[in-house]
Amino acid sequence: MRSPVLRSEDNLRRAVHFRPSAEGPGDADHPLTRALEMSRIRLVKAGAMFVIAFLVISLRLIDVTVLETNDSHLNPLAVAKPLEYSRADIVDRNGKVLATTLRTQSLFADARVITDPQGTATALARILPDTNETELAARLKSGKGFIWLHRHLTPDVVDAVNELGIPGLDFQPEEQRVYPQGPLTAHVVGYSDLDNHGLAGIERAFDAGLAAHAEPLQLSVDVRLQAIVKEEVQKAIYDFSAIGGTGIIMNCHTGEILAMVSLPDFDPNDMSNIVPATIFNRSTLGVYEMGSVFKIFNTALALENKKATLDSFFDVVHPIHIGRFTIHDYEPQSHPITVAQIFMLSSNIGSAKMALESGGAAQEAFLGSLGLLRPAVIELPEVAAPHYPNPWHDISTMTVAFGHGISVSPLQTLIAANAIVNHGVMVPATLVKRADGYQPAGTRVISEETSFQLRRLLRLVVTDGTGKNADVPGYLVGGKTGTAEKVTGHGYAKKALLSSFIGVYPINNPEYITLVSVDEPHGTKKSYGFATAGWTAAPATQRIIARMAPLLDQMPITETADIHNAYTVDFPGKGKKIAAD
Amino acid sequence: MAIARTDQSAMGRWWWTVDRWTVLALVVLCGFGALMAMAASPAVAQRIGADSFHFVHHQLALLPATMVIMFAVSLQSPRSIRRTAAITLAISLVLLALTFVIGTEVKGARRWIGMGALSIQPSEFVKPAFAVICAWLLAEQKNPSSRIPGNAIVMGLFLLIVAMLIKQPDLGQTIVISAIVFAEAFLAGLPVILVAVGAMVGVGGLAAAYFLLPHVHSRIDRFLDPSGGGGYQVTRSLEAFSNGGLWGRGPGEGTVKNYLPDAHADFVFAVAGEEFGLIVCLVIVLLFGFVVLRGFARLMQEQNLYVVLAGAGLLVQFGLQAVINMASTLHLIPTKGMTLPFLSYGGSSLLALGLGMGMVLGLTRKRFGTGELT
Repeated sequence: MRSPVLRSEDNLRRAVHFRPSAEGPGDADHPLTRALEMSRIRLVKAGAMFVIAFLVISLRLIDVTVLETNDSHLNPLAVAKPLEYSRADIVDRNGKVLATTLRTQSLFADARVITDPQGTATALARILPDTNETELAARLKSGKGFIWLHRHLTPDVVDAVNELGIPGLDFQPEEQRVYPQGPLTAHVVGYSDLDNHGLAGIERAFDAGLAAHAEPLQLSVDVRLQAIVKEEVQKAIYDFSAIGGTGIIMNCHTGEILAMVSLPDFDPNDMSNIVPATIFNRSTLGVYEMGSVFKIFNTALALENKKATLDSFFDVVHPIHIGRFTIHDYEPQSHPITVAQIFMLSSNIGSAKMALESGGAAQEAFLGSLGLLRPAVIELPEVAAPHYPNPWHDISTMTVAFGHGISVSPLQTLIAANAIVNHGVMVPATLVKRADGYQPAGTRVISEETSFQLRRLLRLVVTDGTGKNADVPGYLVGGKTGTAEKVTGHGYAKKALLSSFIGVYPINNPEYITLVSVDEPHGTKKSYGFATAGWTAAPATQRIIARMAPLLDQMPITETADIHNAYTVDFPGKGKKIAAD
Repeated sequence: MAIARTDQSAMGRWWWTVDRWTVLALVVLCGFGALMAMAASPAVAQRIGADSFHFVHHQLALLPATMVIMFAVSLQSPRSIRRTAAITLAISLVLLALTFVIGTEVKGARRWIGMGALSIQPSEFVKPAFAVICAWLLAEQKNPSSRIPGNAIVMGLFLLIVAMLIKQPDLGQTIVISAIVFAEAFLAGLPVILVAVGAMVGVGGLAAAYFLLPHVHSRIDRFLDPSGGGGYQVTRSLEAFSNGGLWGRGPGEGTVKNYLPDAHADFVFAVAGEEFGLIVCLVIVLLFGFVVLRGFARLMQEQNLYVVLAGAGLLVQFGLQAVINMASTLHLIPTKGMTLPFLSYGGSSLLALGLGMGMVLGLTRKRFGTGELT
């Protein structure tokens, strides 16, 4: 069916004068008419959908503006977070603050707004610490929208900058990590960067935890003891012109580290002028040949394996020649001496012969059980792996006996020595305070009897041997000296020593164990030219124990006859020696 | 205004035949556009380091131009509108193709062509032009006396445009163009089964976009879980409405514009909510709804299928953009870069809207008699 009217509607070729007739579109059957009907019905539907859409939008508008039933999970951004510090404090075992977070102001500039960069630079250089006028001026002229001028300013400086009233200078509130004890606990606590991420020490080891919790982290360290150890080790370094030193105190039963000092140290509050060597933690990251201190382990092994008793004799008259090496003693003897004397006089020849009795495999296994062949387990990232012989030849067995040919960290030496004196039970060391009264179960490494015999020997060293300078009346100190020649480029250097002393008291039931190492001490007139442990580390240990015991409310012990008899070791010619003193 | 009923000049005939209520609504929307440009854009301009009134000058110069275009186009007859649309479509398609060759890349998409000081977004002009041409072709297909294969040409044009838009990529414009074609086909009597198929293709297309286009993926994920951090814009936006309350904080007193990079464009409705409050926002929604529904109502009286389809297509474009923009600002749907007609800043968008709404006004003018197009 054709309709002239409808054909005309869209027919571009139609005559211009054409006018449609009135009845045309009324043709109900025409496809276009039907399509038009359909479009009207569907137009209503489309309109209805728009009505719904606009209604939903209106309701949502009312919802978010007036009713404020905001989705709860969207709210946090809207809430300001005033005075909520992002990092937990670190405190010592008595709650003294070792690391805390302060709110500070950091100064920045919008160089586009600064009209007089030179004048601004001149004014700021006078106020801001450690700034350079020329450099400031160059940066202020850069035209950049955001320039850090100085992070973490003190309130005084903030006031002074505000006084200037220069537009384009503004402050950004920030947080700064502050270490109120300064260098005192620097190696333990560590430090963090400008944005408060832990970079070293406890700060790094507990980075995530410190960032996530508000509760302070309580360390096992006691800043009072830390200060004592630092002073006394520093004194030894000064007296003997040494290059560095270490001092550690540990609770024998709980394994808590009460003090851990590494000198020279650094101020974590000012990381801009740091000498790299000062950051190095000698206690855990340094590994050293500890020297005769290892005779504690060597003697324990021989006694535990029943290869010797305190009274067994060993021939120490002749130096041992093995390959191109020669093992000799500092105090050569003209006759065989007992195990007790070997320990007391620190005989290398005797120790080497004792070690051969047990053999290299047993020695390696025993040192392994003491944790000396793997990195120390402690909550610090700065822990070094020990160096030890591989393969473990007889020559190694002999040198390891007196602490050469094996390098370990001072901390792991202390942990191992504690296992020997702590009734033969090894307890894990920690820098985090243990709950009151809690004692870790520990693992037994030697028998109670061997431990007792070793404690007798340690006491002997202090009463009659190389460690006399460590004795503190009333506290029954035991200990062992160790003077190692340091390895230089070509073998051992006679003049470069590491002088160490392991101290423990009271010897009948050890409470605390200490280690002091002095790196490259030089003899003085007062020490008769000696730089050995007995003259350097032992006196430092003596001073530390004499100061710490009263502080920890430890009463002096009366050395009863029982204790005296139990801890007195006899050896051939003892009376004569005493008479000579 | 004293224009005599008997005035037969072009102006006189326009005055008595045009839908003056819609004209009033559009003029009011343009007024809001000027207001919002002054409220929202100085903060944005300052943040990007431009002169504070950079966007204001731009927008205030473009608004009168838009109104002139709108008026000029609305003077035309439906036939003349079709011709305008055909020319516009041809030019803008060429420019759209050229975006791939000489286009400027902004935020990872090539949508703009720089022409001296002006940059043009061709896809904005494609929308109204295509709506009209599409309507004409679909009406031709229904006309037994016409031999033009309307549906086939529409399909071809549509695929060509969509291919180019996805290549840019510009998902928002793709959605709008698809909605226009779908709405016009629906009104032209698309069988119900095909309506369902079309709806499923739409959903499938969005799903494909979600899995294939990474930025769509992240937008939708962020919509579903704004706590992930990406919901920053939307969170700020809702905060703005909440700050505004019933009466708003007053012109210029808002803060959201200092935080939202798109405060003058995609999130202008949030600025309106904060500074002018719920009542004004509801008035704006009402104006958009009024223009769309009033247009539909006028089209109900229309006797010519092409006019009905073209008018409806243009109104769907206008209404859908408003709905999508406001819904994403209000966190009802994932954020989609789409301008709020006449209120958002944007030169191409504004001029193209002038063109489109001028066409709507022209198409909905009273024409006495029947399906005459002159």
